[in-house]
Amino acid sequence: MTSELNTEVSSSPGIQFLPAGDQAVVVEFGSSIDPEINALVHRTATAIDASDIEGVLEMVPTYRSLLVYYDPLQVSLPEIQEQISGLAIGDEESRDEFRIVEIPTLYGGEHGPDLEFVANNAGMSDSEVIALHSGTDYLVYTMGFSPGFPYLGGLDTKLHTPRLPSPRTLIPAGSVGIAETQTGVYPVASPGGWRLIGRSPLRLFDPFAQPPTVINAGDRVRFVPLDDEVAYDDIDRRVKEGAYSTVTRTGR
Amino acid sequence: MSSQSIEVISAGLLTTVQDLGRKGYQRYGIPVCGALDPVSLRIANVLVGNPEGRAGLEITVLGPTIKFTSDSVAALVGADFKIDLNGREVRTWESIEVSAGSVLSIGTALDGVRAYLAIAGGVDVPLVMNSRSTDLKGVFGGFEGRALQDGDTLPIGGSPHVANWSQRGLPAGISRQPTFGQEFQIRVVMGPQDSEFTQSGIETMLTSEYTITGESDRMGYRLEGAEIAHESGPDIVSDGTALGSIQVPGSGQPIILLADRGTTGGYTKIATVIAPDIGLLSQALPGAKVRFVAVSVEESHEVLREQEEMIREIKSHVGLDLTGAVSIRSEGSALQVIDADGSRIAVPDVRGSKTSTRTASASVDGEQFKFELTTAFQ
Repeated sequence: MTSELNTEVSSSPGIQFLPAGDQAVVVEFGSSIDPEINALVHRTATAIDASDIEGVLEMVPTYRSLLVYYDPLQVSLPEIQEQISGLAIGDEESRDEFRIVEIPTLYGGEHGPDLEFVANNAGMSDSEVIALHSGTDYLVYTMGFSPGFPYLGGLDTKLHTPRLPSPRTLIPAGSVGIAETQTGVYPVASPGGWRLIGRSPLRLFDPFAQPPTVINAGDRVRFVPLDDEVAYDDIDRRVKEGAYSTVTRTGR
Repeated sequence: MSSQSIEVISAGLLTTVQDLGRKGYQRYGIPVCGALDPVSLRIANVLVGNPEGRAGLEITVLGPTIKFTSDSVAALVGADFKIDLNGREVRTWESIEVSAGSVLSIGTALDGVRAYLAIAGGVDVPLVMNSRSTDLKGVFGGFEGRALQDGDTLPIGGSPHVANWSQRGLPAGISRQPTFGQEFQIRVVMGPQDSEFTQSGIETMLTSEYTITGESDRMGYRLEGAEIAHESGPDIVSDGTALGSIQVPGSGQPIILLADRGTTGGYTKIATVIAPDIGLLSQALPGAKVRFVAVSVEESHEVLREQEEMIREIKSHVGLDLTGAVSIRSEGSALQVIDADGSRIAVPDVRGSKTSTRTASASVDGEQFKFELTTAFQ
């Protein structure tokens, strides 16, 4: 009962459709981590959202591909491929606006126990590390690992730091860390081997909020240093009271 | 809200509240969860007169003992369990009329792993992101985000059928209890990363027998058998992980991803188990043997249509097939319809500067249907 083993169809150059079972298809734009490829992924997701393609159930945008779940009782694989191929994704001139989400962060001290290690590793002072880490808009390539965990790109090579030799059993929610070439923030408490340089009082994942996460794939993230515990506690209190609104700006 | 409830006298091995999953939130990193054998849950719901997606109890290997505080209707579908109502054996795969104060005791699985207990009205825990499924790892959804424990009391929703639902079972043409056994043939669609494997690696996967190991849970099944060879290596830039993805890490041993899987992963995926066979696979115990059979996407859609036809026949047999009983029409550029369970039953998303939302309801054979209609205007 050998049948056709692969139904992948290439349409426009560079885009590949790879079946992921009978109810999902991978729309693949490349094989590397690249902001341009990632922008195509998010632009395609936005275009599918705005289109009236029937039978699309949900989408998972990742670094270099978009997983599209569909209902085969409503649409066939060739139909969905044809409709996605036909979308006007636009070129560099039609760049979408993006959100820049500010993540207030208290660096160092008990909230960032590894700041000194990262500084020593980089041959810098603590304040130089803070200035460098908070001086960039990081691209949110994709979400995953745990609810609301953003995979960020754009960490300065000077700040690349090896992981802990042995992971901590529990990292508090809001922890900001560095692991090898990546930086990120933990939305929920979990074990982990990242070097922790600070913590944000924001509640980045709330199952009862809509959407449930503060940061979304395709956003940019900017860490904003807090002066002291007083500033941290003030935001922390307002978050708990539901009286804090996240600061976002729009970029292009 | 709901005045009816059930009391968990003993919880069993791993009993969780599940519906058909938390859909639409994977882009935020939220796992789908939901029944591992969704067809069994749907049939159980149909047998008690519920909409197919109501939350029920997923029961694993060793079942719970439950006390009903009011008159109800229940049905157990899936793996073969022995069940007693007030000490008298009753049948699975058909509705059970339960009077207030009754105790339903579910024993040990005789064949298969998981069964679903549907109760008229459904388990009425709060919706979290449009689903009542338990996310055990995320600790939210279901009942307090965890497996049931002795002494828990669960709210049960109202049902128009409790008073007048005579015993319902399967139509004659559909066999009551499938036999699962210890040998499974599982159909797969090759890809998405089958090109990352050598031709002999793919042949190995399709001609060898794999054993399900003890490291298997709601997130995934780890299998053991002949090593599957990669072309160059097991790692890829992380991408989305569909239900049933067969990941092959550096060990060459396959891992099949199930309902509680993470939304993304960085291992090559040689093939994907077709959705209609996921329920079958989830009935395999550690030690069971699995063989993979490659099918095309088109063939698997044919299997799906047969499965849906079977469910439709059961609905029709119990008098729940309401196809065409309600129609909704709206004028405007886009329309979304949400049913009372929060499920979106018409796509696409509403886009437009002005939207208007109305609620509508209909009554068919005593069952109330409520809808929320959103229309967008340019």
